[in-house]
Amino acid sequence: MSFAFNEESIPTIKKLKLRYPKPQALALPLLWMAQYQEEYISIDAIDAIAKECELPPMEVYRVATFYTMFNLEPIGKYHLQVCKTLSCKLCGAKEISDTIQKELKIAIGETTNDKLFTLSQVECLGSCGTSPVVQINDEYHENLTPQSIIEILRRLK
Amino acid sequence: MIREAKLVSKKFDIPNAHTLEVAKAHGAYSSIEKLFEHLPKEITKMVKESGLRGKGGGGASAGDKWELMPLGSEKPSFLAVNCDESEPGTFKDREIITKDPHLLIEGIICTCYAIESNHAYIYIRGEYKAFQDILQNAIDEAYDAGYLGKNIFGQNYHLDVTIHRGAGAYICGEKSALLESMEGKRGHPRLKPHQKESEWYFGYPTLVNNVETIASVPLIVDQGSEAYRAYGTEQSPGTLLFAMSGHVERRGVYEAQFGIKMIDYINHYGGGIKDGKELKAVIPGGASTTILTADEVMEARLDYESMRAMGSALGTGGMIVMDEDTDMVEALKNLLEFYHHESCGQCTPCREGSGWVDTIIGNVLKGKATTEDLDKTLEIANTMNGKTICVFAPALSDVIVGFITKFRGEFEEYIKRGNH
Repeated sequence: MSFAFNEESIPTIKKLKLRYPKPQALALPLLWMAQYQEEYISIDAIDAIAKECELPPMEVYRVATFYTMFNLEPIGKYHLQVCKTLSCKLCGAKEISDTIQKELKIAIGETTNDKLFTLSQVECLGSCGTSPVVQINDEYHENLTPQSIIEILRRLK
Repeated sequence: MIREAKLVSKKFDIPNAHTLEVAKAHGAYSSIEKLFEHLPKEITKMVKESGLRGKGGGGASAGDKWELMPLGSEKPSFLAVNCDESEPGTFKDREIITKDPHLLIEGIICTCYAIESNHAYIYIRGEYKAFQDILQNAIDEAYDAGYLGKNIFGQNYHLDVTIHRGAGAYICGEKSALLESMEGKRGHPRLKPHQKESEWYFGYPTLVNNVETIASVPLIVDQGSEAYRAYGTEQSPGTLLFAMSGHVERRGVYEAQFGIKMIDYINHYGGGIKDGKELKAVIPGGASTTILTADEVMEARLDYESMRAMGSALGTGGMIVMDEDTDMVEALKNLLEFYHHESCGQCTPCREGSGWVDTIIGNVLKGKATTEDLDKTLEIANTMNGKTICVFAPALSDVIVGFITKFRGEFEEYIKRGNH
Protein backbone atom coordinates (compact mmCIF):
# COMPACT_ATOMS: atom_id res chain seq x y z
CA MET A 1 0.00 0.00 0.00
CA SER A 2 1.54 3.26 -1.04
CA PHE A 3 1.23 6.49 0.85
CA ALA A 4 0.67 10.03 -0.34
CA PHE A 5 -0.22 13.06 1.75
CA ASN A 6 -3.85 13.97 1.10
CA GLU A 7 -4.87 17.07 -0.81
CA GLU A 8 -5.45 19.29 2.21
CA SER A 9 -1.96 18.54 3.45
CA ILE A 10 -0.09 19.74 0.35
CA PRO A 11 -0.56 23.51 0.94
CA THR A 12 0.05 23.00 4.67
CA ILE A 13 3.40 21.34 3.96
CA LYS A 14 4.32 24.13 1.55
CA LYS A 15 3.55 26.76 4.22
CA LEU A 16 5.41 24.81 6.89
CA LYS A 17 8.56 24.72 4.78
CA LEU A 18 8.64 28.52 4.81
CA ARG A 19 8.71 28.49 8.59
CA TYR A 20 11.93 26.50 9.03
CA PRO A 21 15.52 27.08 7.92
CA LYS A 22 15.82 23.55 6.53
CA PRO A 23 13.35 20.90 5.33
CA GLN A 24 14.76 18.35 7.82
CA ALA A 25 12.93 20.27 10.55
CA LEU A 26 9.66 18.99 9.10
CA ALA A 27 10.29 15.42 10.25
CA LEU A 28 8.17 15.66 13.41
CA PRO A 29 5.37 17.80 11.93
CA LEU A 30 5.06 15.42 8.97
CA LEU A 31 5.16 12.30 11.13
CA TRP A 32 2.24 13.82 13.02
CA MET A 33 0.36 14.59 9.81
CA ALA A 34 0.89 11.06 8.51
CA GLN A 35 -0.30 9.58 11.78
CA TYR A 36 -3.49 11.65 11.72
CA GLN A 37 -4.09 10.71 8.10
CA GLU A 38 -3.52 6.96 8.41
CA GLU A 39 -4.03 6.49 12.17
CA TYR A 40 -0.52 5.03 12.30
CA ILE A 41 2.75 5.57 10.48
CA SER A 42 3.45 3.04 7.73
CA ILE A 43 6.80 2.38 6.13
CA ASP A 44 5.41 3.95 2.95
CA ALA A 45 4.61 7.10 4.90
CA ILE A 46 8.18 7.14 6.20
CA ASP A 47 9.39 7.11 2.59
CA ALA A 48 7.10 9.99 1.65
CA ILE A 49 8.23 12.03 4.66
CA ALA A 50 11.89 11.33 3.89
CA LYS A 51 11.38 12.75 0.41
CA GLU A 52 9.80 15.96 1.75
CA CYS A 53 12.53 16.33 4.38
CA GLU A 54 15.37 15.49 2.00
CA LEU A 55 16.54 12.80 4.40
CA PRO A 56 17.33 9.11 3.94
CA PRO A 57 14.24 7.05 4.87
CA MET A 58 16.26 5.28 7.56
CA GLU A 59 16.89 8.62 9.28
CA VAL A 60 13.14 9.31 9.46
CA TYR A 61 12.56 5.79 10.71
CA ARG A 62 15.17 6.32 13.45
CA VAL A 63 13.33 9.44 14.53
CA ALA A 64 9.90 7.80 14.39
CA THR A 65 11.03 4.95 16.65
CA PHE A 66 12.54 7.33 19.22
CA TYR A 67 9.33 9.15 20.13
CA THR A 68 6.76 7.14 22.07
CA MET A 69 3.73 8.93 20.65
CA PHE A 70 4.31 7.72 17.10
CA ASN A 71 2.54 4.44 16.41
CA LEU A 72 4.25 2.30 13.83
CA GLU A 73 1.53 -0.35 14.03
CA PRO A 74 -2.22 0.13 13.80
CA ILE A 75 -3.89 0.58 17.19
CA GLY A 76 -7.47 0.78 18.47
CA LYS A 77 -9.75 3.70 17.62
CA TYR A 78 -9.39 5.02 21.16
CA HIS A 79 -5.90 5.00 22.62
CA LEU A 80 -6.20 4.95 26.42
CA GLN A 81 -2.97 6.22 27.97
CA VAL A 82 -2.95 5.88 31.73
CA CYS A 83 -0.34 7.99 33.51
CA LYS A 84 1.50 5.89 36.07
CA THR A 85 4.18 8.29 37.41
CA LEU A 86 4.50 9.22 41.08
CA SER A 87 1.93 12.01 41.53
CA CYS A 88 -0.70 9.91 39.77
CA LYS A 89 0.37 6.78 41.65
CA LEU A 90 -0.05 8.55 45.00
CA CYS A 91 -3.58 9.53 44.00
CA GLY A 92 -4.89 6.20 42.70
CA ALA A 93 -3.55 5.60 39.17
CA LYS A 94 -3.41 1.86 39.76
CA GLU A 95 -7.14 1.66 40.58
CA ILE A 96 -7.87 3.45 37.31
CA SER A 97 -5.62 1.11 35.33
CA ASP A 98 -7.12 -1.97 37.04
CA THR A 99 -10.65 -0.72 36.39
CA ILE A 100 -9.97 -0.25 32.68
CA GLN A 101 -8.37 -3.70 32.40
CA LYS A 102 -11.36 -5.30 34.09
CA GLU A 103 -13.96 -3.32 32.13
CA LEU A 104 -12.38 -3.96 28.71
CA LYS A 105 -10.88 -7.37 29.53
CA ILE A 106 -7.47 -6.42 28.14
CA ALA A 107 -4.05 -6.06 29.72
CA ILE A 108 -1.68 -3.12 29.35
CA GLY A 109 -0.34 -3.00 25.79
CA GLU A 110 -3.32 -4.87 24.35
CA THR A 111 -6.14 -3.92 21.98
CA THR A 112 -9.75 -5.08 22.31
CA ASN A 113 -10.96 -7.62 19.72
CA ASP A 114 -13.28 -5.05 18.13
CA LYS A 115 -10.24 -2.75 17.65
CA LEU A 116 -12.02 -0.01 19.61
CA PHE A 117 -9.57 0.40 22.51
CA THR A 118 -5.83 0.10 23.02
CA LEU A 119 -4.53 0.42 26.58
CA SER A 120 -1.09 1.87 27.31
CA GLN A 121 0.67 2.91 30.46
CA VAL A 122 2.60 6.15 30.05
CA GLU A 123 4.96 8.35 32.04
CA CYS A 124 4.08 11.75 33.53
CA LEU A 125 1.45 13.63 31.50
CA GLY A 126 1.84 16.88 33.44
CA SER A 127 -1.50 16.52 35.19
CA CYS A 128 -0.04 15.94 38.63
CA GLY A 129 -2.42 18.43 40.24
CA THR A 130 -5.48 16.82 38.65
CA SER A 131 -4.46 13.19 38.87
CA PRO A 132 -5.25 10.43 38.17
CA VAL A 133 -5.35 11.14 34.46
CA VAL A 134 -5.99 9.15 31.30
CA GLN A 135 -5.25 10.59 27.89
CA ILE A 136 -7.72 9.31 25.29
CA ASN A 137 -6.40 10.22 21.83
CA ASP A 138 -5.77 13.99 22.14
CA GLU A 139 -7.96 14.62 25.19
CA TYR A 140 -7.06 14.54 28.88
CA HIS A 141 -9.56 13.11 31.35
CA GLU A 142 -8.53 14.29 34.80
CA ASN A 143 -9.46 13.79 38.47
CA LEU A 144 -10.73 10.33 37.56
CA THR A 145 -12.42 7.83 39.84
CA PRO A 146 -13.10 4.17 38.97
CA GLN A 147 -16.76 5.15 38.41
CA SER A 148 -15.99 8.09 36.13
CA ILE A 149 -13.59 6.14 33.90
CA ILE A 150 -16.18 3.37 33.50
CA GLU A 151 -18.76 5.98 32.45
CA ILE A 152 -16.32 7.43 29.90
CA LEU A 153 -15.54 3.98 28.47
CA ARG A 154 -19.21 3.05 28.20
CA ARG A 155 -19.94 6.30 26.38
CA LEU A 156 -17.22 5.50 23.84
CA LYS A 157 -18.36 1.95 23.21
CA MET B 1 1.62 35.56 56.85
CA ILE B 2 2.10 34.88 53.18
CA ARG B 3 2.32 37.91 50.95
CA GLU B 4 0.17 37.71 47.84
CA ALA B 5 2.40 37.73 44.76
CA LYS B 6 0.66 37.37 41.40
CA LEU B 7 3.01 38.56 38.71
CA VAL B 8 2.60 35.82 36.11
CA SER B 9 -0.71 34.40 37.34
CA LYS B 10 -2.46 37.80 37.54
CA LYS B 11 -5.07 36.92 34.92
CA PHE B 12 -5.47 33.22 35.73
CA ASP B 13 -8.76 33.69 37.59
CA ILE B 14 -10.34 36.00 35.03
CA PRO B 15 -12.83 34.11 32.84
CA ASN B 16 -11.83 33.96 29.15
CA ALA B 17 -8.49 35.70 29.72
CA HIS B 18 -7.11 33.41 27.02
CA THR B 19 -8.90 35.56 24.42
CA LEU B 20 -7.25 38.72 23.12
CA GLU B 21 -10.27 40.88 23.94
CA VAL B 22 -10.39 39.97 27.63
CA ALA B 23 -6.61 39.85 28.01
CA LYS B 24 -6.28 43.34 26.49
CA ALA B 25 -8.98 44.72 28.78
CA HIS B 26 -6.80 43.55 31.66
CA GLY B 27 -3.56 45.06 30.48
CA ALA B 28 -2.09 42.58 27.99
CA TYR B 29 0.52 44.03 25.62
CA SER B 30 0.90 47.18 27.74
CA SER B 31 4.68 46.62 27.84
CA ILE B 32 5.03 46.89 24.05
CA GLU B 33 4.92 50.66 23.83
CA LYS B 34 7.80 50.92 26.31
CA LEU B 35 9.63 48.07 24.60
CA PHE B 36 10.09 49.99 21.35
CA GLU B 37 11.29 53.09 23.22
CA HIS B 38 14.40 51.10 24.20
CA LEU B 39 17.31 49.66 22.28
CA PRO B 40 17.43 45.85 22.29
CA LYS B 41 20.51 45.76 24.52
CA GLU B 42 18.74 48.00 27.06
CA ILE B 43 15.98 45.41 27.40
CA THR B 44 18.57 42.70 28.09
CA LYS B 45 20.16 45.00 30.67
CA MET B 46 16.80 45.45 32.41
CA VAL B 47 16.23 41.71 32.49
CA LYS B 48 19.73 41.17 33.84
CA GLU B 49 19.22 43.79 36.56
CA SER B 50 15.89 42.25 37.54
CA GLY B 51 17.77 39.09 38.48
CA LEU B 52 15.27 36.97 36.54
CA ARG B 53 16.34 33.34 36.62
CA GLY B 54 15.39 30.56 34.24
CA LYS B 55 12.26 28.87 35.54
CA GLY B 56 12.50 25.54 33.77
CA GLY B 57 14.53 24.02 36.59
CA GLY B 58 18.12 25.16 36.16
CA GLY B 59 17.71 28.63 37.62
CA ALA B 60 20.52 30.25 35.61
CA SER B 61 20.42 34.04 35.14
CA ALA B 62 18.21 34.83 32.15
CA GLY B 63 20.10 38.06 31.40
CA ASP B 64 23.45 36.24 31.26
CA LYS B 65 21.98 33.84 28.72
CA TRP B 66 20.50 36.62 26.61
CA GLU B 67 23.87 38.39 26.51
CA LEU B 68 25.37 35.40 24.71
CA MET B 69 23.20 36.20 21.69
CA PRO B 70 25.09 38.20 19.03
CA LEU B 71 23.54 41.57 18.15
CA GLY B 72 23.87 43.44 14.87
CA SER B 73 24.46 40.26 12.90
CA GLU B 74 23.16 39.62 9.38
CA LYS B 75 22.66 35.97 10.24
CA PRO B 76 19.22 35.02 11.53
CA SER B 77 18.84 34.05 15.17
CA PHE B 78 16.05 32.28 16.99
CA LEU B 79 14.18 31.99 20.25
CA ALA B 80 13.04 28.52 21.29
CA VAL B 81 10.47 28.58 24.07
CA ASN B 82 10.61 25.41 26.10
CA CYS B 83 7.10 24.09 26.75
CA ASP B 84 8.11 20.45 26.93
CA GLU B 85 6.96 20.35 30.55
CA SER B 86 7.53 16.69 31.44
CA GLU B 87 9.27 16.73 34.81
CA PRO B 88 7.09 14.65 37.14
CA GLY B 89 5.35 16.98 39.60
CA THR B 90 5.49 19.95 37.23
CA PHE B 91 2.36 21.36 35.60
CA LYS B 92 2.77 25.13 35.58
CA ASP B 93 3.46 25.99 31.93
CA ARG B 94 0.13 24.51 30.90
CA GLU B 95 -1.52 27.04 33.24
CA ILE B 96 0.13 29.92 31.36
CA ILE B 97 -0.64 28.68 27.85
CA THR B 98 -4.27 27.88 28.62
CA LYS B 99 -5.17 30.71 30.99
CA ASP B 100 -3.05 33.60 29.73
CA PRO B 101 -1.40 32.68 26.40
CA HIS B 102 -1.17 36.33 25.39
CA LEU B 103 1.20 36.95 28.30
CA LEU B 104 3.54 34.38 26.74
CA ILE B 105 3.20 35.98 23.30
CA GLU B 106 3.89 39.42 24.82
CA GLY B 107 6.97 37.97 26.51
CA ILE B 108 8.10 36.43 23.22
CA ILE B 109 7.81 39.81 21.49
CA CYS B 110 9.90 41.48 24.24
CA THR B 111 12.51 38.71 24.23
CA CYS B 112 12.86 38.45 20.45
CA TYR B 113 13.22 42.21 20.16
CA ALA B 114 15.98 42.16 22.80
CA ILE B 115 17.95 39.41 21.05
CA GLU B 116 17.16 40.75 17.56
CA SER B 117 15.39 37.61 16.46
CA ASN B 118 12.54 37.50 13.97
CA HIS B 119 11.32 33.99 14.65
CA ALA B 120 10.33 32.18 17.81
CA TYR B 121 9.47 28.52 18.08
CA ILE B 122 7.44 27.15 20.94
CA TYR B 123 8.41 23.52 21.50
CA ILE B 124 5.41 21.92 23.18
CA ARG B 125 5.13 18.36 24.42
CA GLY B 126 3.02 16.17 22.14
CA GLU B 127 0.56 15.20 24.86
CA TYR B 128 -0.48 18.85 25.35
CA LYS B 129 -2.46 18.91 22.06
CA ALA B 130 -5.61 20.41 23.57
CA PHE B 131 -3.57 23.12 25.29
CA GLN B 132 -1.59 23.68 22.10
CA ASP B 133 -4.85 24.45 20.28
CA ILE B 134 -5.68 27.19 22.81
CA LEU B 135 -2.20 28.66 22.39
CA GLN B 136 -2.45 28.48 18.59
CA ASN B 137 -5.77 30.36 18.71
CA ALA B 138 -4.09 33.11 20.72
CA ILE B 139 -1.21 33.25 18.22
CA ASP B 140 -3.70 33.51 15.34
CA GLU B 141 -5.48 36.36 17.15
CA ALA B 142 -2.15 38.12 17.63
CA TYR B 143 -1.35 37.80 13.90
CA ASP B 144 -4.78 39.21 13.00
CA ALA B 145 -4.27 42.15 15.36
CA GLY B 146 -0.88 42.98 13.82
CA TYR B 147 1.00 41.97 16.98
CA LEU B 148 2.83 39.25 15.07
CA GLY B 149 3.89 39.08 11.44
CA LYS B 150 5.27 41.95 9.35
CA ASN B 151 5.83 45.38 10.90
CA ILE B 152 4.31 44.50 14.23
CA PHE B 153 2.66 47.35 16.13
CA GLY B 154 3.46 49.54 13.12
CA GLN B 155 7.19 49.22 13.82
CA ASN B 156 9.98 48.32 11.43
CA TYR B 157 10.22 44.92 13.07
CA HIS B 158 8.95 41.50 11.95
CA LEU B 159 8.22 38.53 14.16
CA ASP B 160 6.86 35.06 13.47
CA VAL B 161 5.87 32.50 16.08
CA THR B 162 5.62 28.80 15.22
CA ILE B 163 4.51 26.02 17.50
CA HIS B 164 6.59 22.87 17.12
CA ARG B 165 5.01 19.75 18.57
CA GLY B 166 7.09 17.09 20.28
CA ALA B 167 6.02 13.47 20.42
CA GLY B 168 6.58 12.05 23.88
CA ALA B 169 10.20 12.24 24.98
CA TYR B 170 11.04 13.67 28.41
CA ILE B 171 14.63 14.36 27.39
CA CYS B 172 13.52 16.94 24.81
CA GLY B 173 13.05 19.34 27.72
CA GLU B 174 16.85 19.46 27.91
CA LYS B 175 17.69 22.55 25.84
CA SER B 176 20.10 20.97 23.36
CA ALA B 177 17.94 17.85 22.95
CA LEU B 178 15.03 20.20 22.29
CA LEU B 179 16.97 21.83 19.46
CA GLU B 180 18.01 18.45 18.04
CA SER B 181 14.35 17.47 18.08
CA MET B 182 13.43 20.74 16.34
CA GLU B 183 16.00 19.89 13.68
CA GLY B 184 14.02 16.73 12.98
CA LYS B 185 16.32 14.34 14.82
CA ARG B 186 16.19 12.08 17.84
CA GLY B 187 16.23 14.08 21.07
CA HIS B 188 19.83 13.40 22.02
CA PRO B 189 21.47 16.09 24.19
CA ARG B 190 24.59 17.67 22.75
CA LEU B 191 28.01 17.94 24.35
CA LYS B 192 28.43 21.30 26.03
CA PRO B 193 31.01 23.73 24.66
CA HIS B 194 34.14 24.52 26.67
CA GLN B 195 33.22 28.19 26.94
CA LYS B 196 29.91 30.00 27.30
CA GLU B 197 28.11 30.51 24.05
CA SER B 198 24.57 30.60 22.76
CA GLU B 199 22.74 27.44 21.72
CA TRP B 200 22.56 26.64 18.01
CA TYR B 201 19.67 25.73 15.75
CA PHE B 202 20.88 24.55 12.34
CA GLY B 203 24.02 26.55 13.07
CA TYR B 204 22.17 29.77 13.92
CA PRO B 205 22.47 31.37 17.38
CA THR B 206 19.46 30.44 19.47
CA LEU B 207 18.18 31.27 22.91
CA VAL B 208 16.24 28.60 24.80
CA ASN B 209 14.07 29.71 27.73
CA ASN B 210 11.19 28.17 29.63
CA VAL B 211 7.60 29.40 29.11
CA GLU B 212 7.40 30.90 32.59
CA THR B 213 10.70 32.75 32.19
CA ILE B 214 9.45 34.39 29.01
CA ALA B 215 6.08 35.14 30.62
CA SER B 216 7.90 37.01 33.40
CA VAL B 217 9.52 39.47 30.97
CA PRO B 218 6.56 41.80 30.18
CA LEU B 219 6.30 42.96 33.81
CA ILE B 220 10.01 43.79 33.89
CA VAL B 221 9.80 45.75 30.63
CA ASP B 222 6.61 47.50 31.74
CA GLN B 223 7.44 48.33 35.35
CA GLY B 224 11.21 48.04 35.52
CA SER B 225 13.61 45.64 37.14
CA GLU B 226 13.03 47.04 40.64
CA ALA B 227 9.34 46.10 40.46
CA TYR B 228 10.42 42.50 39.96
CA ARG B 229 13.05 42.71 42.68
CA ALA B 230 10.37 43.89 45.13
CA TYR B 231 9.58 40.18 45.51
CA GLY B 232 11.72 37.26 46.58
CA THR B 233 15.22 37.29 48.00
CA GLU B 234 18.40 39.14 47.01
CA GLN B 235 19.76 36.21 44.98
CA SER B 236 16.43 34.66 43.99
CA PRO B 237 14.35 37.70 43.10
CA GLY B 238 10.72 37.55 42.03
CA THR B 239 8.23 34.75 42.09
CA LEU B 240 7.71 31.24 40.82
CA LEU B 241 4.62 29.28 39.87
CA PHE B 242 5.17 26.71 42.58
CA ALA B 243 2.95 23.66 42.44
CA MET B 244 1.80 20.86 44.71
CA SER B 245 0.67 17.35 43.96
CA GLY B 246 0.25 14.18 45.96
CA HIS B 247 -1.12 14.12 49.48
CA VAL B 248 -2.34 17.66 50.13
CA GLU B 249 -5.90 18.90 50.49
CA ARG B 250 -5.74 21.41 47.61
CA ARG B 251 -3.39 20.37 44.83
CA GLY B 252 -2.56 22.96 42.19
CA VAL B 253 -0.35 25.78 40.95
CA TYR B 254 -0.01 28.81 43.20
CA GLU B 255 2.42 31.62 42.50
CA ALA B 256 4.51 32.75 45.46
CA GLN B 257 7.62 34.81 46.00
CA PHE B 258 10.95 33.06 46.47
CA GLY B 259 12.20 32.56 49.99
CA ILE B 260 9.01 31.62 51.83
CA LYS B 261 9.02 28.56 54.05
CA MET B 262 8.01 25.36 52.29
CA ILE B 263 5.78 24.22 55.12
CA ASP B 264 3.96 27.59 55.15
CA TYR B 265 3.37 27.21 51.43
CA ILE B 266 2.02 23.68 51.85
CA ASN B 267 -0.27 24.69 54.67
CA HIS B 268 -1.42 28.03 53.27
CA TYR B 269 -2.09 27.06 49.66
CA GLY B 270 -2.37 23.30 49.95
CA GLY B 271 -4.50 23.27 53.09
CA GLY B 272 -2.06 20.89 54.78
CA ILE B 273 -1.66 17.14 54.45
CA LYS B 274 -4.67 15.22 53.14
CA ASP B 275 -7.10 13.69 55.61
CA GLY B 276 -5.20 15.11 58.59
CA LYS B 277 -2.32 12.67 58.20
CA GLU B 278 1.32 13.30 59.07
CA LEU B 279 3.84 14.47 56.51
CA LYS B 280 6.54 11.98 55.57
CA ALA B 281 8.53 13.56 52.76
CA VAL B 282 8.48 16.06 49.91
CA ILE B 283 10.24 15.93 46.56
CA PRO B 284 10.77 19.67 46.26
CA GLY B 285 11.12 20.64 42.62
CA GLY B 286 10.13 17.94 40.20
CA ALA B 287 11.15 14.29 40.45
CA SER B 288 14.80 15.02 39.69
CA THR B 289 15.50 16.91 42.93
CA THR B 290 16.68 15.18 46.11
CA ILE B 291 13.86 14.13 48.45
CA LEU B 292 13.44 15.96 51.78
CA THR B 293 12.34 14.30 55.02
CA ALA B 294 9.53 15.82 57.09
CA ASP B 295 12.11 17.36 59.47
CA GLU B 296 13.94 18.95 56.55
CA VAL B 297 10.67 20.28 55.13
CA MET B 298 10.08 22.21 58.36
CA GLU B 299 13.36 24.06 57.77
CA ALA B 300 13.24 24.39 54.00
CA ARG B 301 12.83 27.72 52.24
CA LEU B 302 11.71 28.02 48.65
CA ASP B 303 14.64 29.70 46.95
CA TYR B 304 17.58 28.40 44.94
CA GLU B 305 20.26 29.08 47.55
CA SER B 306 18.40 27.61 50.55
CA MET B 307 17.49 24.46 48.69
CA ARG B 308 21.05 24.06 47.45
CA ALA B 309 22.33 24.46 51.03
CA MET B 310 20.02 21.62 52.11
CA GLY B 311 21.63 19.33 49.54
CA SER B 312 18.65 19.42 47.22
CA ALA B 313 17.50 21.84 44.51
CA LEU B 314 14.57 24.11 43.84
CA GLY B 315 14.18 22.71 40.31
CA THR B 316 10.84 23.56 38.78
CA GLY B 317 9.19 24.21 42.15
CA GLY B 318 6.77 21.33 41.59
CA MET B 319 6.47 19.68 45.01
CA ILE B 320 5.35 16.08 45.35
CA VAL B 321 4.01 15.70 48.88
CA MET B 322 3.90 12.28 50.55
CA ASP B 323 2.05 11.36 53.73
CA GLU B 324 3.00 8.94 56.50
CA ASP B 325 1.51 5.91 54.72
CA THR B 326 3.64 6.28 51.60
CA ASP B 327 5.84 3.28 50.82
CA MET B 328 9.22 4.79 49.94
CA VAL B 329 10.48 1.66 48.20
CA GLU B 330 7.46 1.67 45.90
CA ALA B 331 7.88 5.41 45.36
CA LEU B 332 11.51 5.02 44.32
CA LYS B 333 10.66 2.05 42.10
CA ASN B 334 8.03 4.20 40.40
CA LEU B 335 10.56 6.93 39.65
CA LEU B 336 13.21 4.46 38.49
CA GLU B 337 10.76 3.08 35.93
CA PHE B 338 10.28 6.64 34.73
CA TYR B 339 14.02 7.26 34.32
CA HIS B 340 14.61 3.87 32.76
CA HIS B 341 11.90 4.57 30.20
CA GLU B 342 13.02 8.13 29.49
CA SER B 343 16.81 7.69 29.24
CA CYS B 344 17.59 8.69 25.66
CA GLY B 345 20.07 5.84 25.37
CA GLN B 346 22.98 7.90 24.12
CA CYS B 347 25.42 7.37 27.03
CA THR B 348 26.13 3.88 28.33
CA PRO B 349 26.19 4.64 32.10
CA CYS B 350 22.71 6.14 31.87
CA ARG B 351 21.16 3.71 29.37
CA GLU B 352 22.39 0.63 31.23
CA GLY B 353 22.51 2.03 34.76
CA SER B 354 18.92 3.24 34.74
CA GLY B 355 17.83 -0.30 33.89
CA TRP B 356 20.04 -1.96 36.47
CA VAL B 357 18.82 0.15 39.38
CA ASP B 358 15.23 -0.37 38.28
CA THR B 359 15.76 -4.14 38.35
CA ILE B 360 17.52 -4.13 41.72
CA ILE B 361 14.88 -2.02 43.48
CA GLY B 362 12.27 -4.25 41.84
CA ASN B 363 14.02 -7.17 43.53
CA VAL B 364 13.92 -5.35 46.87
CA LEU B 365 10.16 -5.00 46.48
CA LYS B 366 9.85 -8.70 45.67
CA GLY B 367 11.91 -9.61 48.72
CA LYS B 368 14.67 -11.03 46.55
CA ALA B 369 17.48 -8.65 47.43
CA THR B 370 20.24 -8.35 50.01
CA THR B 371 21.71 -5.33 51.81
CA GLU B 372 24.71 -5.59 49.46
CA ASP B 373 22.28 -4.84 46.64
CA LEU B 374 21.50 -1.50 48.26
CA ASP B 375 25.19 -0.64 48.32
CA LYS B 376 25.49 -1.86 44.74
CA THR B 377 22.68 0.53 43.81
CA LEU B 378 24.53 3.42 45.42
CA GLU B 379 27.67 2.38 43.56
CA ILE B 380 25.80 2.40 40.24
CA ALA B 381 24.38 5.80 41.15
CA ASN B 382 27.93 7.02 41.65
CA THR B 383 28.98 5.60 38.28
CA MET B 384 26.17 7.51 36.58
CA ASN B 385 26.97 10.82 38.24
CA GLY B 386 29.01 13.28 36.18
CA LYS B 387 30.00 10.78 33.52
CA THR B 388 27.39 11.44 30.85
CA ILE B 389 26.60 14.14 28.29
CA CYS B 390 23.60 15.70 30.04
CA VAL B 391 22.32 16.03 33.62
CA PHE B 392 19.70 13.28 33.33
CA ALA B 393 21.94 10.63 34.90
CA PRO B 394 23.31 12.90 37.67
CA ALA B 395 19.71 13.81 38.57
CA LEU B 396 18.77 10.14 38.68
CA SER B 397 21.81 9.53 40.83
CA ASP B 398 20.66 12.18 43.33
CA VAL B 399 17.18 10.65 43.41
CA ILE B 400 18.58 7.21 44.28
CA VAL B 401 21.02 8.47 46.90
CA GLY B 402 18.32 10.63 48.52
CA PHE B 403 15.80 7.81 48.88
CA ILE B 404 18.25 5.11 49.97
CA THR B 405 20.23 7.17 52.47
CA LYS B 406 17.27 8.99 54.02
CA PHE B 407 14.87 6.04 54.14
CA ARG B 408 17.31 3.12 54.24
CA GLY B 409 15.39 1.48 57.08
CA GLU B 410 12.38 0.90 54.84
CA PHE B 411 14.50 -0.75 52.16
CA GLU B 412 16.16 -2.99 54.77
CA GLU B 413 12.74 -3.86 56.15
CA TYR B 414 11.75 -5.28 52.73
CA ILE B 415 15.02 -7.20 52.50
CA LYS B 416 14.60 -8.65 56.00
CA ARG B 417 11.02 -9.76 55.29
CA GLY B 418 12.19 -11.43 52.07
CA ASN B 419 14.90 -13.43 53.84
CA HIS B 420 12.46 -15.09 56.21
